[in-house]
Amino acid sequence: MIDCREASRLISQNADQPLPLGRRLQLRLHLLVCDACTNFRRQVRQLRKGVRAIFR
Amino acid sequence: MRFASLELRSREAAEDAVQEALLAALAAEKSFAGRSNLRTWLTGILKHKIVDAIRRSTRERPPETELSTDDLDALFDASGHWRDPPQPWPDQAYEQKAFIEALEMCLAMLPARTGQVFLMREHLGFETDDICKELAITPTHCWVLLYRARMALRQCLEKSGFTKP
Repeated sequence: MIDCREASRLISQNADQPLPLGRRLQLRLHLLVCDACTNFRRQVRQLRKGVRAIFR
Repeated sequence: MRFASLELRSREAAEDAVQEALLAALAAEKSFAGRSNLRTWLTGILKHKIVDAIRRSTRERPPETELSTDDLDALFDASGHWRDPPQPWPDQAYEQKAFIEALEMCLAMLPARTGQVFLMREHLGFETDDICKELAITPTHCWVLLYRARMALRQCLEKSGFTKP
Protein backbone atom coordinates (compact mmCIF):
# COMPACT_ATOMS: atom_id res chain seq x y z
CA MET A 1 0.00 0.00 0.00
CA ILE A 2 1.44 3.37 -0.97
CA ASP A 3 1.45 6.26 1.53
CA CYS A 4 0.03 9.78 1.11
CA ARG A 5 3.40 11.19 0.16
CA GLU A 6 3.61 8.88 -2.82
CA ALA A 7 -0.10 9.08 -3.64
CA SER A 8 0.07 12.89 -3.83
CA ARG A 9 2.91 12.63 -6.36
CA LEU A 10 0.93 10.20 -8.49
CA ILE A 11 -2.11 12.48 -8.33
CA SER A 12 -0.06 15.40 -9.62
CA GLN A 13 1.62 13.31 -12.34
CA ASN A 14 -1.73 11.91 -13.39
CA ALA A 15 -2.93 15.44 -14.10
CA ASP A 16 -0.20 15.74 -16.73
CA GLN A 17 0.04 12.31 -18.31
CA PRO A 18 -1.59 8.89 -17.93
CA LEU A 19 -0.01 6.68 -15.26
CA PRO A 20 1.18 3.14 -16.00
CA LEU A 21 -1.46 0.55 -15.09
CA GLY A 22 0.23 -0.67 -11.91
CA ARG A 23 0.63 2.84 -10.52
CA ARG A 24 -2.93 3.68 -11.45
CA LEU A 25 -4.23 0.71 -9.48
CA GLN A 26 -2.05 1.55 -6.47
CA LEU A 27 -3.41 5.08 -6.53
CA ARG A 28 -7.00 3.95 -6.89
CA LEU A 29 -6.68 1.62 -3.89
CA HIS A 30 -5.18 4.38 -1.80
CA LEU A 31 -7.92 6.84 -2.75
CA LEU A 32 -10.59 4.35 -1.63
CA VAL A 33 -9.41 4.67 1.95
CA CYS A 34 -7.95 8.18 2.08
CA ASP A 35 -10.09 11.33 2.28
CA ALA A 36 -7.13 13.71 2.36
CA CYS A 37 -5.73 12.45 -0.93
CA THR A 38 -9.20 12.34 -2.47
CA ASN A 39 -9.52 16.01 -1.50
CA PHE A 40 -6.11 16.73 -3.00
CA ARG A 41 -7.08 15.12 -6.28
CA ARG A 42 -10.18 17.31 -6.45
CA GLN A 43 -8.08 20.38 -5.56
CA VAL A 44 -5.71 19.72 -8.46
CA ARG A 45 -8.72 19.84 -10.82
CA GLN A 46 -10.10 22.94 -9.15
CA LEU A 47 -6.74 24.70 -9.48
CA ARG A 48 -6.83 23.95 -13.21
CA LYS A 49 -10.34 25.35 -13.56
CA GLY A 50 -9.40 28.33 -11.37
CA VAL A 51 -6.43 29.22 -13.59
CA ARG A 52 -8.71 29.10 -16.62
CA ALA A 53 -11.23 31.32 -14.82
CA ILE A 54 -8.59 33.97 -14.06
CA PHE A 55 -7.84 34.50 -17.71
CA ARG A 56 -11.34 34.11 -19.06
CA MET B 1 -1.25 42.17 -19.35
CA ARG B 2 -2.11 40.49 -16.08
CA PHE B 3 -1.51 37.11 -17.58
CA ALA B 4 1.72 38.19 -19.28
CA SER B 5 3.13 39.47 -15.97
CA LEU B 6 2.25 36.29 -14.10
CA GLU B 7 3.77 34.11 -16.78
CA LEU B 8 6.90 36.12 -17.54
CA ARG B 9 7.59 37.34 -14.01
CA SER B 10 8.71 40.73 -15.12
CA ARG B 11 6.60 43.78 -15.79
CA GLU B 12 9.04 44.95 -18.43
CA ALA B 13 9.01 41.64 -20.32
CA ALA B 14 5.22 41.53 -20.03
CA GLU B 15 4.84 45.04 -21.48
CA ASP B 16 7.11 44.06 -24.37
CA ALA B 17 5.09 40.93 -25.08
CA VAL B 18 1.77 42.82 -25.01
CA GLN B 19 3.17 45.50 -27.27
CA GLU B 20 4.53 42.96 -29.74
CA ALA B 21 1.17 41.19 -29.74
CA LEU B 22 -0.68 44.42 -30.48
CA LEU B 23 1.71 45.31 -33.30
CA ALA B 24 1.33 41.83 -34.77
CA ALA B 25 -2.43 42.19 -34.44
CA LEU B 26 -2.42 45.51 -36.30
CA ALA B 27 -0.27 44.06 -39.04
CA ALA B 28 -2.58 41.08 -39.40
CA GLU B 29 -5.80 43.04 -39.03
CA LYS B 30 -7.11 41.85 -42.39
CA SER B 31 -6.72 38.20 -41.47
CA PHE B 32 -8.96 38.70 -38.46
CA ALA B 33 -11.97 39.64 -40.59
CA GLY B 34 -14.48 38.89 -37.85
CA ARG B 35 -13.68 35.21 -37.87
CA SER B 36 -13.55 34.91 -34.13
CA ASN B 37 -14.20 36.94 -31.06
CA LEU B 38 -11.70 39.85 -30.95
CA ARG B 39 -10.63 39.09 -27.40
CA THR B 40 -9.96 35.43 -28.18
CA TRP B 41 -7.98 36.42 -31.24
CA LEU B 42 -5.81 38.94 -29.37
CA THR B 43 -5.25 36.52 -26.48
CA GLY B 44 -4.13 33.88 -28.98
CA ILE B 45 -1.53 36.23 -30.45
CA LEU B 46 -0.36 37.21 -26.98
CA LYS B 47 0.12 33.55 -26.02
CA HIS B 48 2.46 33.13 -28.99
CA LYS B 49 4.45 36.21 -28.02
CA ILE B 50 4.78 34.96 -24.45
CA VAL B 51 6.11 31.61 -25.64
CA ASP B 52 8.64 33.50 -27.80
CA ALA B 53 9.74 35.51 -24.77
CA ILE B 54 10.08 32.37 -22.64
CA ARG B 55 12.25 30.79 -25.35
CA ARG B 56 14.47 33.85 -25.48
CA SER B 57 14.94 33.99 -21.72
CA THR B 58 15.73 30.25 -21.66
CA ARG B 59 18.54 30.73 -24.15
CA GLU B 60 20.03 33.51 -22.04
CA ARG B 61 19.91 31.51 -18.84
CA PRO B 62 22.48 28.96 -17.67
CA PRO B 63 21.15 25.40 -17.30
CA GLU B 64 19.70 24.64 -13.89
CA THR B 65 20.85 22.01 -11.49
CA GLU B 66 18.42 19.25 -10.47
CA LEU B 67 15.97 20.15 -7.78
CA SER B 68 15.90 18.52 -4.41
CA THR B 69 12.55 17.34 -3.11
CA ASP B 70 13.44 17.71 0.56
CA ASP B 71 11.08 20.65 1.03
CA LEU B 72 8.25 18.53 -0.38
CA ASP B 73 8.99 15.55 1.83
CA ALA B 74 8.70 17.89 4.83
CA LEU B 75 4.98 18.23 4.08
CA PHE B 76 4.57 14.63 5.28
CA ASP B 77 5.37 12.96 8.58
CA ALA B 78 7.69 9.99 9.03
CA SER B 79 4.91 7.51 8.22
CA GLY B 80 4.08 9.34 4.97
CA HIS B 81 0.87 11.06 6.16
CA TRP B 82 -0.01 14.68 5.38
CA ARG B 83 1.03 17.06 8.15
CA ASP B 84 -1.61 19.47 6.90
CA PRO B 85 -4.27 17.27 5.23
CA PRO B 86 -6.07 18.78 2.22
CA GLN B 87 -9.58 19.95 3.09
CA PRO B 88 -12.67 19.60 0.93
CA TRP B 89 -13.23 22.79 -1.06
CA PRO B 90 -16.68 23.99 -2.11
CA ASP B 91 -17.75 22.28 -5.35
CA GLN B 92 -17.73 25.34 -7.57
CA ALA B 93 -15.00 27.25 -5.71
CA TYR B 94 -13.39 28.30 -8.97
CA GLU B 95 -16.51 30.23 -9.92
CA GLN B 96 -16.25 32.52 -6.90
CA LYS B 97 -14.55 35.87 -7.28
CA ALA B 98 -12.82 35.65 -3.90
CA PHE B 99 -11.33 32.27 -4.74
CA ILE B 100 -10.03 33.45 -8.10
CA GLU B 101 -8.48 36.55 -6.53
CA ALA B 102 -6.82 34.46 -3.85
CA LEU B 103 -5.52 32.06 -6.49
CA GLU B 104 -4.03 34.94 -8.42
CA MET B 105 -2.30 36.21 -5.29
CA CYS B 106 -0.97 32.72 -4.50
CA LEU B 107 0.31 32.30 -8.06
CA ALA B 108 2.27 35.53 -7.74
CA MET B 109 3.91 34.17 -4.59
CA LEU B 110 5.30 31.04 -6.25
CA PRO B 111 9.01 31.01 -7.13
CA ALA B 112 9.44 32.37 -10.66
CA ARG B 113 10.26 29.17 -12.53
CA THR B 114 7.67 27.14 -10.62
CA GLY B 115 4.91 29.60 -11.49
CA GLN B 116 6.01 29.78 -15.09
CA VAL B 117 5.94 26.02 -15.60
CA PHE B 118 2.59 25.71 -13.83
CA LEU B 119 0.99 28.37 -16.05
CA MET B 120 2.52 26.91 -19.19
CA ARG B 121 0.81 23.66 -18.26
CA GLU B 122 -2.50 24.88 -16.88
CA HIS B 123 -3.12 28.02 -18.87
CA LEU B 124 -1.24 27.64 -22.13
CA GLY B 125 -2.09 23.93 -22.13
CA PHE B 126 1.41 22.69 -22.98
CA GLU B 127 2.16 18.99 -22.65
CA THR B 128 4.96 18.33 -20.14
CA ASP B 129 7.28 17.09 -22.91
CA ASP B 130 6.95 20.43 -24.67
CA ILE B 131 7.57 22.37 -21.46
CA CYS B 132 10.81 20.42 -20.93
CA LYS B 133 11.88 21.17 -24.47
CA GLU B 134 11.02 24.88 -24.35
CA LEU B 135 12.74 25.42 -21.01
CA ALA B 136 15.55 22.94 -21.57
CA ILE B 137 14.84 21.05 -18.32
CA THR B 138 14.57 17.32 -17.66
CA PRO B 139 11.16 15.58 -17.35
CA THR B 140 11.87 14.91 -13.66
CA HIS B 141 12.62 18.55 -13.05
CA CYS B 142 9.41 19.45 -14.82
CA TRP B 143 7.13 17.21 -12.79
CA VAL B 144 8.78 18.25 -9.54
CA LEU B 145 8.03 21.88 -10.40
CA LEU B 146 4.40 21.09 -11.26
CA TYR B 147 4.00 19.03 -8.09
CA ARG B 148 5.60 21.77 -6.02
CA ALA B 149 3.31 24.40 -7.57
CA ARG B 150 0.17 22.38 -6.79
CA MET B 151 1.25 21.64 -3.23
CA ALA B 152 2.12 25.27 -2.58
CA LEU B 153 -1.06 26.63 -4.16
CA ARG B 154 -3.39 24.39 -2.17
CA GLN B 155 -1.72 25.34 1.09
CA CYS B 156 -1.71 29.01 0.20
CA LEU B 157 -5.41 28.92 -0.76
CA GLU B 158 -6.41 27.08 2.39
CA LYS B 159 -4.52 29.62 4.48
CA SER B 160 -6.25 32.45 2.65
CA GLY B 161 -9.57 31.10 3.96
CA PHE B 162 -11.37 31.39 0.62
CA THR B 163 -11.83 27.67 0.32
CA LYS B 164 -14.17 27.38 3.31
CA PRO B 165 -17.64 26.25 2.28
